[in-house]
Order: sequence, then structure tokens, then C-alpha cells
Amino acid sequence: MEELLKSGFFQRALTGGLLIGITAPLIGLFVVLRRLSMIGDTLSHVAIAGVALGFVVGVYPTAVGLAFAIAASFAIEKLRKTYKTYAELSLAIMMSGGIALASIMFTMGKSMNISSYMFGSIYTLNQTDLLTIGIVTVVVLIVIFAQMKELFLITFDEEAASVSGLPLKTYNVMISVLTALVISVAIKIVGALLVSALLTIPAACSLILARSFRQSVAVVVSIGVFAVLGGLLIAGLWNLAPGGTIVLLMIALLLVLLLLRRFRAIG
Amino acid sequence: MKSADALTQTAACHREVVSVDRVSFAYHHKLVLDEVSFGVKERDFFGLIGANGAGKTTLLKLIVGLIKPTGGEIRLFGQPLNRFKDWDRIGYVPQKNALNPLFPATVREVVLSGLYGRNKLFKLTTRQDMVKCGDAMQAMGIEDLAGKRIGQLSGGQQQRVFLARALINSPSLMILDEPTVGIDAETQESFFHMVKHMHQHHNMTFLMVSHDMDMVRGYLGQQPAASAGKLNFYIRHSHETQDCVEENLAHSLKGLREQMESGKEVVAVGRTS
Repeated sequence: MEELLKSGFFQRALTGGLLIGITAPLIGLFVVLRRLSMIGDTLSHVAIAGVALGFVVGVYPTAVGLAFAIAASFAIEKLRKTYKTYAELSLAIMMSGGIALASIMFTMGKSMNISSYMFGSIYTLNQTDLLTIGIVTVVVLIVIFAQMKELFLITFDEEAASVSGLPLKTYNVMISVLTALVISVAIKIVGALLVSALLTIPAACSLILARSFRQSVAVVVSIGVFAVLGGLLIAGLWNLAPGGTIVLLMIALLLVLLLLRRFRAIG
Repeated sequence: MKSADALTQTAACHREVVSVDRVSFAYHHKLVLDEVSFGVKERDFFGLIGANGAGKTTLLKLIVGLIKPTGGEIRLFGQPLNRFKDWDRIGYVPQKNALNPLFPATVREVVLSGLYGRNKLFKLTTRQDMVKCGDAMQAMGIEDLAGKRIGQLSGGQQQRVFLARALINSPSLMILDEPTVGIDAETQESFFHMVKHMHQHHNMTFLMVSHDMDMVRGYLGQQPAASAGKLNFYIRHSHETQDCVEENLAHSLKGLREQMESGKEVVAVGRTS
């Protein structure tokens, strides 16, 4: 255990995981409450196409994935307007498009480690990855805490927010871009197939536990950090896949909360 | 006989706050509103009444800028809608059916959110904001519910919360979209009594959309002042209540509940479901 904690790769994994354990659930809370839970899956599937392109052209894959995810977030907003009453259709279209593009790229690339981006490879985080995660974390935290009240109003009541003079379009794009940023850097930690769990499951727990919005913020961040750190330790000790362990730990926690609520101990 | 100052003040408080001039709106090539025109003067109580599908909510959404007209012009406080910036002068109570009962927000958080439209970056909630929130909750008789989750409240209580949120900015124009939909008759009466009281004693203009007429007609008169298509406009002008009052709503909110109670009119606060 001591040896594991002292190793450089594990310390980088803990640091990167901790940062994503804070930002992903935080942005996920707004996404879930706005009924856009599927946006995480969609952006991650598009980002993976960018990652694959990065491998093909020899550019830092996470950066290309990030560019793809941001472009997709704008495209989703555009499609949402076209299919206003079927907003989820825009997510389904983008998700299929992303994975279709990725499947073509995968066949073009040489020496591409696909599974590390599909299922995550937190132990392979290098200094560049950590720096990218660090910058994204700072940007996301500054924007969210500077605009927490406005984001709350928009999430709670979009019409009232608009009548209060808040520019809805700007905020919608802002939430999508922040989500794209977080997802792109989180892919290497839990993988494209599992990243949306970090956005949605802590929010699902907060709907059981929290009475106020302030409490919700505290709950999602606590659960995110607990799951990432706990999952990494369990995975390290028992030699399990870290991404999957983190997600299963969150699901176990959610099940415990649901059981407690059933017996009226909470909620 | 009124003094010159009083006459000037009375004239000033009867300016048009909402001007709708030949406004049309079409949705998917279907004309919903066809060249509708009307004006709401300061301190009027203006009822927009019509059957389902008459276009009343559409008209309200056009007035608050949520959708754009396909023709005509809307002015708020004399300014064209696209240049209007003083949104804090407007209190808006939307239809409540959009509320998700699981949403994690307390009554206090919802009422305070009425102040967020004009917040600056990193602006923390000040003691003054909390006082305003307390006054608005007290005025609506919901101070005991401050820490409750909004989804736990009854329909009538939720409407009081949204009214308190709209009141926190001390607006001069209140816009209510079907505020009593889904609320039992007794609570509707209590709610409308509260709205009437604010109109008569607190220098506010009201624009209210409703399909349920009996209660509104009792206050605004049995005959519509004007019509446009399937929409009827009922108006109670400010001179029918009292002359322009000088008191500022921000100062008067605190006393609103006390005044209502001293008038021995019951304000029913439903139980938490």
C-alpha cells in the first residue's frame, strides 16, 4: 500500500482523479438538472473521434478530442433549435456521428491504444495530461463559482431567467463548452464509455440527499472525490480496472442511498 | 382640487408601461395573433382572458421577449423591446407546471433568485439581499417555509413562492401567466385577494393572463374593455382604485402582510403535502 502511494504514476493518477472528481460532478449537476443527462455520453463519443484523429495525424490526442467536443457542443445547440420539441434527438444524432467517425479513424491509425481511451488509463497520465486537467479545472471552477447564482436561475427556471435579462444563448453555450472541456480531459481517466457516469451518478445521489441547491453542490463534489479516490485505492490494491472500479463504487453508493430512502432513513 | 404637483404626479403615474402595436405572430405558418393592439397604463390591472388556444400565453411571451413577433412592435416603459434593459422593473410569475418536484432548491433560494438577473461576477449574497428576501417571504406569508424544498409544497404555496420571487426586486409591473392553474378554489381566492391587495395599495401595474374568468371579472368588471380575435381584455384603471401613491414598494413589502391581517382578511397558508 505504502509503495503504491509513493509511486509517481499513482500520485499523478490521484491528482488527476481528484481534479476530475470535483469538476465532472459539478458541471454534471447543471447538466442533469437541465435534463441533458445524455450530453456527457454524446460529447465523449465525439471526443473519442478527435482522439483517434490526433493519433492519425500525430497531434496531442486529448487536445484534438477537446476541439471535437467543443465543436460538437455548438452543433448540439444548433440541432436543438431545429428539433426544439425533440431536443434529445440532437444528442442521438451527434453520438452516432461521433462513434461512426471514430470507427473510421481507428482503422486508419497505427499503434493506436483504443481501449485506453474507451475504458480509461489513469495510470498512464503524464505531466502534459496533468497540466491540461489542471488548466481545465481552474477555468471550470472560476466560471461556475463566478456564475453560480445565474446558472442556478437558468437551471431552475429558464423563462424567468430570460425575463430577468440573462442572455440564455450565451449561458447555454457556456454550459455546453464547459461540459466539453471536462469530458475531453476526463476520457483518459475513466474512458469515453464511462465518463458520463462521473457527471450523472453524483447528481442522482444529490437528488436523494440534498434539500437545497447549496447542499447539492456539496454532495456531488463529495461523492465525486470519494468515488475517485476510493476507486483508485481499491483498484490499486486488488489490481482492478480503475475506471470501472470508480464507476461501480458510485453505483454502489447510489444503491445504498436508494435503500436508505426506501427505509425512510433519509430524504 | 388637486395641486399642480399632484396633477403632474398623477399624470406621470398613468404612463403606458406596455404598448402592443399591431403585433402578429405565426407558428409553423399558422397565424396565432393577427395585428393585436392594446396598452397597459401605469397602475392598471389588465386581464388578458381567453379560451385555451386563443393565444394569451403567446402574447405574454411576446411581451416579455421570450419569442419574437412576426409583425408589429412592443414597447415596455416607452422603450422598444429589443432595446429594453430594465428587466428588474418587471416581476414575472410563469405557469407553475414546469416545476420538477425533485429539484433541490429551498424556498429561500428560489425567492433570492429573483435578484440574480442583475448580479455582478462573484457577487455574494449580502445582508441587504437577505432582508429583501425576508420581507418578500413575510409579505406572502411563507417565512415559515424558507428552508423547505420547493417541490414539497402545495400548489398554492408554490405560487406564493413565485410571487415572492417576483416581488423581491420591488417591480413596478407584475406579469402573471395563469397563476391559479392547478390550485383549489379556496387557495385561488386567497391568492387573488393577495394580488388585488398589492394592486390597490402598492403602486403596481398588473398584467395577468387567465382562462378562469369568474374571479377576475369580479374585480375587473363583467364586460371586456376590448377584444382581439378570441382574446378579451378586461381592465381596472388605476383611478378606479386610488390616486398614485407615493410609498415605495421596497419599504411597503414589510407591512403588506400586517395590513392584510389588520383588514381581517384570511390568508390561507396550506399545509405541506
